Amino acid sequence: MTEQDQLEFTTAAQVAGDPAGQESTKPADPDAASGTVPTAVTVKDLNLYYGDVQALKDIQLEIPSKQVTAFIGPSGCGKSTLLRCFNRMNDLVDGCRIEGEIILEGRNIQKKKLDVAELRRQVGMVFQKPNPFPKSIYENVAYGLRIQGINRRRVLDETVEWALKGAALWEEVSHRLNEPAFGLSGGQQQRLVIARAIAVQPKVILLDEPCSALDPISTLKVEELINELKRDYTIIIVTHNMQQAARVSDRTAFMYLGELIEYGDTDQVFTNPRIKRTEDYITGRYG
Amino acid sequence: MDKLNIGQHISRQFNEELENVRSQVLRMGGIVEEQLGHAVQALVEGDVALAREVVANDYRVNALEVAIDEECTRIVARRQPAASDLRLVMAVIKTITDLERIGDEAKRVGRMVAEELNGTMNEEVRQEIEHMGGLVSDMLRQVLDAFARTDVETALRVVQIDNKVDAKYGSITRQLMTYMAEDPRSIPLILNILWAARAIERMGDRCQNIAEYIFYLVHGRDIRHTSVDDALAKVAPAAPHQADESSD
Repeated sequence: MTEQDQLEFTTAAQVAGDPAGQESTKPADPDAASGTVPTAVTVKDLNLYYGDVQALKDIQLEIPSKQVTAFIGPSGCGKSTLLRCFNRMNDLVDGCRIEGEIILEGRNIQKKKLDVAELRRQVGMVFQKPNPFPKSIYENVAYGLRIQGINRRRVLDETVEWALKGAALWEEVSHRLNEPAFGLSGGQQQRLVIARAIAVQPKVILLDEPCSALDPISTLKVEELINELKRDYTIIIVTHNMQQAARVSDRTAFMYLGELIEYGDTDQVFTNPRIKRTEDYITGRYG
Repeated sequence: MDKLNIGQHISRQFNEELENVRSQVLRMGGIVEEQLGHAVQALVEGDVALAREVVANDYRVNALEVAIDEECTRIVARRQPAASDLRLVMAVIKTITDLERIGDEAKRVGRMVAEELNGTMNEEVRQEIEHMGGLVSDMLRQVLDAFARTDVETALRVVQIDNKVDAKYGSITRQLMTYMAEDPRSIPLILNILWAARAIERMGDRCQNIAEYIFYLVHGRDIRHTSVDDALAKVAPAAPHQADESSD
């Protein structure tokens, strides 16, 4: 068996058949019963270089499963770079070199042999600007299934509906699924992109400033959605909006100049940060 | 003072708002301190004019409470303070409530002296009450000082003084009970004195509350309903901002 084969592969029937039953197919987590949250992603001794410049320095991090983890920090602190490590987006950057391990579901995803396309199915990503494809609403959501070779109409219909409902968009678009996705508002487009991400049932969803291009109401809808999604997915969000991090996340990581300065429960970080640099940042003081 | 680095926000306006709220609290504290001193003095000296003054001046305390409360609401709405700023605003909101209650107790003592104190207390009781009043005045002065300097040590000393006040109140109560037993005709007077003593003792409790808010403000730990030793044990392992002191 190759490493790729060991990736947990969800069958088409599972994707379409009973998405809600997703949880029941998994064995009950022993840690969950004992009150400790299982870890979804573990980062060990991670160093990342863009050419000669070190962008991430010795990052150690454990991201809890089915919770929202927020990365905050000033521009250039490495939070987006770190986020992109989780689905190997940095592979696309010339001269980018990574040391250390990132362990997802027991596998080091830094290994060269890894099937990156399969990894990205497990680790979905949503960007700052909504990026729907120039297709219909329906085809945007069905896209991930089609590239997996799933074309049965009934399966696609069910999955599209389920994903759009999961992304809190179904009510607004159910009557115009065949219209172009570009006809949607920015907030709707962003939720469409989230629907596209969850249609393939990832384990982890990465959100890179998902609301920075949205108005406050759309932002609240996306935040509400994040809260819904964490029941089934591990969510990692990068945001410049500290109130947003405080609102949506369970854990907060503060980064500065490529280092992870403080990582803790969001309640603690925002009421009583342990490190002065964190305090200075979240209270808007000169560092 | 600036242990909380209030003056270091990128927004200078925010600095001014927080600084303003803090100084308003100290101003309110100053008035309450005066009210408390006058109330005790009026009680032990039977000074009706001074007692009336205390009653008349209570509105100043109330007005400041309302103004500071409004300012805190404004800051929360506009600035969404976090970390030590949030703790400062929360501590201020609670502190002014207790200061206002101390003001109410002073007014209550004042009103009692002005309207109901039917007779003079004997010298022994007078001295005891004066002593207890002095302890509570001391608590209030020190707790305001601790607030101004965000000084936890002083705040914890205030908590310890409260134990003395409680002991003193207990001894005054026992003493007054013996008088009542000896001479039932003295009961109306003694009940009033007992009531006043109770008011003063309550003021001490309020000062202790404020001391606890200061601890919360500085360390981010709630020490209400715990002993001083437990409070110190809470912060010993994880005092804030220790970890990166060297890296700064």
